[in-house]
This record gives sequence, structure tokens and C-alpha cells, in this order.
Amino acid sequence: MSGTTTAPPVAEAPAARRLRGPRLARMRDLALVPAIIVLVLVGALIDPVFLSSANITNVLQQQTELSLLVLAEAIILIGGRFDLSLESTVGLAPALGVALVIPAASNGIGTEWASALAIPICLLVGLAIGAFNGLLILRFGLSAFIVTLGMLIVLRGLQIGITGGQNLFELPESVLYLGNAVWLGLPASIWICAILFAIGIAVLGFFRHGRAVYAIGGNRDAARAAGIRADRVMWIVFIVGGVLAALAGLLMTGRLGSVASAQGDGMIFTVFAAAVIGGVSMEGGKGTLFGALCGVIVLGLINNILTLAGVSAQWIQAIYGLIILVALMLARLTTGKAQD
Amino acid sequence: MTFAVLSDTAGGAVPPPAVEANQITKRFGATTALAEVSVAIRPGETHGLVGRNGAGKSTLVSVLTGLHRADEGTVFFGGEAAPAPADRDGWRRRVACVYQRSTIIPTLTVAENLFLNRQTAGGPIRWGALRRRAGALLEEYGVAVDPATLAGDLNVEQRQLVEIARALSLGTRFIILDEPTARLDATAIERLFGRMRSLSAAGVTMLFISHHLREVYEVCDTVTVLRDARWVLTELVPAVSHDQLVAAMTGEAVGLTEVAPREVPPGDSVLSLRELTLADAYSGIDLDLRAGEMVGVTGSGSSGKVSLAETVGGLRRADSGTVTVGTRPVGAGVPAALKAGIGLVPEDRHREGLVPLLSVAENATLPIADRLGPAGVVLPARRTAAAEAMIKKYDIRTESPAAPVSSLSGGNAQKVVLARGLSTDPRVLVLINPTAGVDVRSKESLLGAVRSAADQGTCVLMVSDELDDLRHCDRVLVMFHGRVTATLARGWDDARVVAAVEGVFSEGVSAEGAQS
Repeated sequence: MSGTTTAPPVAEAPAARRLRGPRLARMRDLALVPAIIVLVLVGALIDPVFLSSANITNVLQQQTELSLLVLAEAIILIGGRFDLSLESTVGLAPALGVALVIPAASNGIGTEWASALAIPICLLVGLAIGAFNGLLILRFGLSAFIVTLGMLIVLRGLQIGITGGQNLFELPESVLYLGNAVWLGLPASIWICAILFAIGIAVLGFFRHGRAVYAIGGNRDAARAAGIRADRVMWIVFIVGGVLAALAGLLMTGRLGSVASAQGDGMIFTVFAAAVIGGVSMEGGKGTLFGALCGVIVLGLINNILTLAGVSAQWIQAIYGLIILVALMLARLTTGKAQD
Repeated sequence: MTFAVLSDTAGGAVPPPAVEANQITKRFGATTALAEVSVAIRPGETHGLVGRNGAGKSTLVSVLTGLHRADEGTVFFGGEAAPAPADRDGWRRRVACVYQRSTIIPTLTVAENLFLNRQTAGGPIRWGALRRRAGALLEEYGVAVDPATLAGDLNVEQRQLVEIARALSLGTRFIILDEPTARLDATAIERLFGRMRSLSAAGVTMLFISHHLREVYEVCDTVTVLRDARWVLTELVPAVSHDQLVAAMTGEAVGLTEVAPREVPPGDSVLSLRELTLADAYSGIDLDLRAGEMVGVTGSGSSGKVSLAETVGGLRRADSGTVTVGTRPVGAGVPAALKAGIGLVPEDRHREGLVPLLSVAENATLPIADRLGPAGVVLPARRTAAAEAMIKKYDIRTESPAAPVSSLSGGNAQKVVLARGLSTDPRVLVLINPTAGVDVRSKESLLGAVRSAADQGTCVLMVSDELDDLRHCDRVLVMFHGRVTATLARGWDDARVVAAVEGVFSEGVSAEGAQS
């Protein structure tokens, strides 16, 4: 036994780990694919209607709004921040856009601006909300959790105040279009989601600014030291999040044909569940948008299967929640790391 | 002033210093962190920076890396004025710092960390090419790390090497190493020093910060001492003695620490380990400690020494074997260990040792909270009294017992951890690297406190890489790959310990189980 023979084991210890590391990371991305396959099989067994293209299209379309919120939340979480207010943006942004253009008789404000302005206003409201969140959190250094919790309440209150708690109807054509149009045999909202996710996956996976979001979430000081303008990047991320939430609201408004005063209410819990099931870490820096998308699909399939299986409406919420918990436990078991 | 320094070292056509801090003053509110400090470092020089905790070393580093702007004074790099504070890229090209806390992003791969924010010249990132570039870069600097590994999976040594490689790849020729050895074991430190020497030979300028003067003697050409925010001396390393350095750091003359001999009264063993085994850490450990005996355990980072101590302290559960205190076996878990009379000073005082926002008093009395009042009530008056007694006994420098423990310097925070470990009057005290990141003075008072506990009959199990710590022990066990491979009685010489840690066995050292 000499000094030269003792050195290699020390150097090789990490080598054994390095073989597993990246593969596991890549595997995690696909971790939900088997779950999706199992769910599809279960659904097919429970009810043959499940596999019909009408049902599948329906499932996907119902998940489009949720998936846009998950897209927004996942990017914000990867950057190491939080946004709870997205669900209120889903209601307020289209409500404001619509209320400014429809006549007072349809519960509008009465300004009756040109109806072509409805969509731009809606998206601008989302942008403004994201920018304001960013201002409070990044510039003034307030806690993201409390700021966006406050915003969640304030925005919902604004919507109720502006609309008098009424549903808005007789919507302009432009607002209805996106939620109803069919492009190449599929609802437009599915196309929009698919395209936005593709863009998101590409930017976060293959572009410097997207990788900067991972760097900021992983170690903000280190990202700064590497010359990344951490606050500016995160501000943009908050703004993108707000715009995506407004777009989700627009799709939902179009699909339902009106703006309910509670539109989007309670969605944020499902958004977080989908993101975490999809492998996005609440600590930041970890997870992929593909994983988050899989999380959304899993939740959508479960919801659909429960409905098809004839689970009574009174119980569906409890079972849905339970399944989310089980999914989290499975994710914990398969990844072997604590999620905090 | 600057010109005087220059003409002192050599007249004529001397290249400008690679780095020059000129009359730097930096204040934080009412406290002056640096007062008119000037340091000039020649190109290719390895410059040591030493000083006690709070002497201003970290502030100087912050000013030299552009994180803080000096209130007065100027910084020059190679004769040119330092970039504007907002020009992060400019600073990055001139100076890099390997901090104690890592500037690596743990959730990204090594390759991406190396090329962070410059993954691509434009357009989408080509991951395969990026990994190959990273691989070539790591190979160029001789770093044996797979670029596809997650940076969070690297050990401290590898992480530092990646940080150094990243700095060099940016074209930086001045690297600050801020206590790089604090969390490395002896063999890794040797490798780091070897690398520093070859970088120095290649013309890289380094500023090396360490609490260990021995390390300064080993790698540095020049050394600067700061004390109480002021410059005290800059001297060529061979021209300054150990005692002079210590005197410069503490402001008074201090002799080399001689360890007074001590006697351990004969008696039955108090702490007994039998066939203690934990997979991937250590196996078949047998050990007996008598009352009042101090036993040191050392070894490389992978030797299992820390896991062994953590098992005795109750933080880990052994796969098999027993820990006995007196005649009673000790169950698993910290409460069981405390009940059996085992006190622990854990490895990482920030993570396991202290609750940073709680007061000194609360931290020090955490394990004895049940004695401070009836039925679970903690009486503040009694807690303060208990804490004041500890503050006095262990010489903890704090504003008051109510000050948050995060406001203390490293050495004093460690004294709080030790006070807590001893607060239960344990029969057995387990310490893991008790003097890591602690200045010379605090080190002495920490070891003195441990020793006086031992004199009163506590048996001490001390895991440490510090020869100065181990010198206090009655015997030193050396672990190698999970087994005790050597036992050295008091009076060992340094070379023998280092050899045993490296797994090289010289004559006269018992070497059982070395082949495992």
C-alpha cells in the first residue's frame, strides 16, 4: 500500500456518481410519460368514449387555460419566485377588456370603446399586473408570496368592483374567436398552447436568456456574478407570466361565452400541483416546461377519467385532491429528494 | 506612498503591480471596515492575506472584486484604474474570487456553469458542443470532472477547481482564494497547493486567504497582515517568522503554543464502541475512552471520521455495532445520545450548530431548556443567568446574551456551540473540526475549554484535520477508508500523522486493517 495506490479511489468516487447524474435528470423529464400512458389505458378500459377524438380534444381544450397558467408559473418558479395572483389576472384582464367595449346594458362600464381594443386591453392589463408584481418584489424587495397573495385578493376585488359582481355577456366577436375557432381540425386554443409551450421549451432550454432564469433560480448571487441582470430578467418573467395569464383568461372567456366574476377562482392550487407533479421545484432552478406540461396533462386525464367513471360530483373534488397528494408522494419516491 | 513601495522592491523598469489597492477606506455605517489599507501584488506572485476574524480581509476582497465601492482610495489592475462598479464584465475579466460559499449554480451542469451567460455567441445553445468545449477546458486545466455532472453533485474540492478553471477561461489572471482550505481535507489541500504552484509558474497572480499560517508558509511568496481594519505589515514570507506573524495579527507577542503534558487517571472505560459499522462510511470500529481521556481522530475526507463522530453524537444511525456509555448502551438519535450524557459540537456550525436568528442565550441553552423552569416553561431570567455564566466561562465576546448569534464572529459563534455541547455536563464530548474557520486566539480558548472539561473527567472524542487540535489529545487515531489504520501516542511528529492520513505506513506505526 503506497501513496500512489491510494489516490485513485478518492478521484473515482465522483466518477461513479457522474454516470448517474445527467441520465437521472433527463429521466425526470420523462417521468410522467409512463403515468400518462397508464392513465390513457385506464381511461380506455373504463369507457370506450374516452379514446374518441371528440373526448380527447375536449380534454385538451379544457386544459389549455390551466396549461398557460402552468407555463407562466413554471417559468416564475424556475426563476426562484412565486406568483399567486395569476388566477385573478385570468378574471380581471378579460373583464376589463370586455367591460370597456360592451354597452352598459350588458354590464359594461359604458365607455363603449371600439371592440377591436378588447384583446389588446386584456393583454395590456396582464402586462401591467406582471410589471407591478415585479416592481414590488424586485425593486422594493417585498416577499413574493405575500405580494402576490395580496394582489390575488386586490385584483379579484377590482374585478368585482368594476363589474358590480355581475357576469359580462354579449362579448365582441374578437374575444369569442380564440376560444371557439377551429384551425386545421383542432381548436385554436390547443394550437396556441402548443406553440407557446414549444417557444417556452426552446427559450428555456436553448437560449441564453432562458438559461439565465435557471441560473437566477439556482443561485442568484452566482448568476449576478456571471453578469446576468437578475432583476431585469425576473421582471420580464413576471411580465410574461401576467400576459400569459391574461391570454388564458381570454381563451376561457371565449370558450364559456361570458366573463364570470369568479373566473379563474381557485385555479392557482391546481397550477402549483401540476407544476410540482411535473417536477418543477418550489425552490427554484429545477424543472422543465415539458415536465410541467406533462403535469397538466396528467391532471386533465385524471379529471376526465373520474367524470367518465361516474364518480359523483360531490366526491370528485376530494378524490381529485387525494390523487394530487398521491402523485406528489410518487414524485418524492421516484426522485428520492425532499421537495420543499 | 505607492512609489515608495515600488522603488523599495526593485528600481528601474518594473512592470506595474498586477493589483494595487491604494489607501482604501471603507465604512459601513459607524464601523470602519478598512482604514487606509494599501496592498500591491506583483504579477505572478502568490500573496497571503492573514488577520483575525473581523480584521477587514473580507471587506478588502469585496473592494478588490468590485462588490463594494471603496469610500476612499483607488484600485488599479496592471497599472490601469479599476472598471466602473456597474461594469461587472470588466471586473470579471480582471479578478475572480473563489469564496467559501460557492459561486456555482448547483442545479445546472458543470458545462453550463463554466460558460454561464456566454453559452453561445448567438442563436440557440448547442448542448453537445458546449459540453465538448467544457470538457476541453477542464482537460486543459487538468480538472477530472465530467462536464455533464450537476454542479451540486461536486465535492468542495472539485467545485473550487471548476471555479478556478472558469476564471482562467475568462482570461482572468488574478484569482482571490478566500479560505479555500477551510473545508478541504489534508490530501485535497496538498493537491490544491500543487495546482496553485503551477498556476503561479504560469504567471497567474493569487491572493490567498487562510487562518493557517502553515499554509501561508507553504504556498505564499509575500504576506500581508491586517489587524482591526488597518494594514500592519507586508513582508516576504521567508523573512518573517511564525511568531512575528502571530504577533502582528494579535497585536502582542505570543510564543508558539506548547501543549502542557497531562495525565489521564486510570479507570474503566466510559465510552465504548464495539464493532460499529455504517455502510459506505466506516466498519468494525472498536474504541474505548476512559474518563478524562482526550482522543483525536483524523483522516482524509473519505475516511469516515466525520460519520463516526456523528454516529456517536446521535446524528447518524449505525448499521450494526453498539455505542455504550458507562454500562448502558446508547440508542439512536440525538435525544438518546444527550440522555446518555453525550454532548456534540457538530461539523458545520451554520447548519447544525446554531439557529442564527435566535439569541446567544437561547442557542447556548437549547439542550438544557427543560432545566430552566418547571413544566416546560423556560424562565427568561434563569436562561439569561445560565447564558451569562457560559459567556463568562468560555470567554464569548458578545454585546449581551440577547444579541442574535449571527452577530458574532466565527470564533465566538463556535464558542457558543461548544458551550451548548458542554451545557449538559456531558460524560462524553464529541467535537467535529471544532476550530475550522476560527482565528488563532479563539482557537486557543476553545481548545483550553475542551481541555479543562477533560480535566474534570469528561472524555473527549475530537475529529479534526488540524494538527494543532490533535496535539492536545492523549492519543490520535488515523482512519483510512472506514477503518482505524494507525494509533499514535502523545509525542507523535507531524510527518507521521500526514503519512498515515495519506495511507502510507511507516515503521513503528501499527497498521491493522489497511488492506480493506
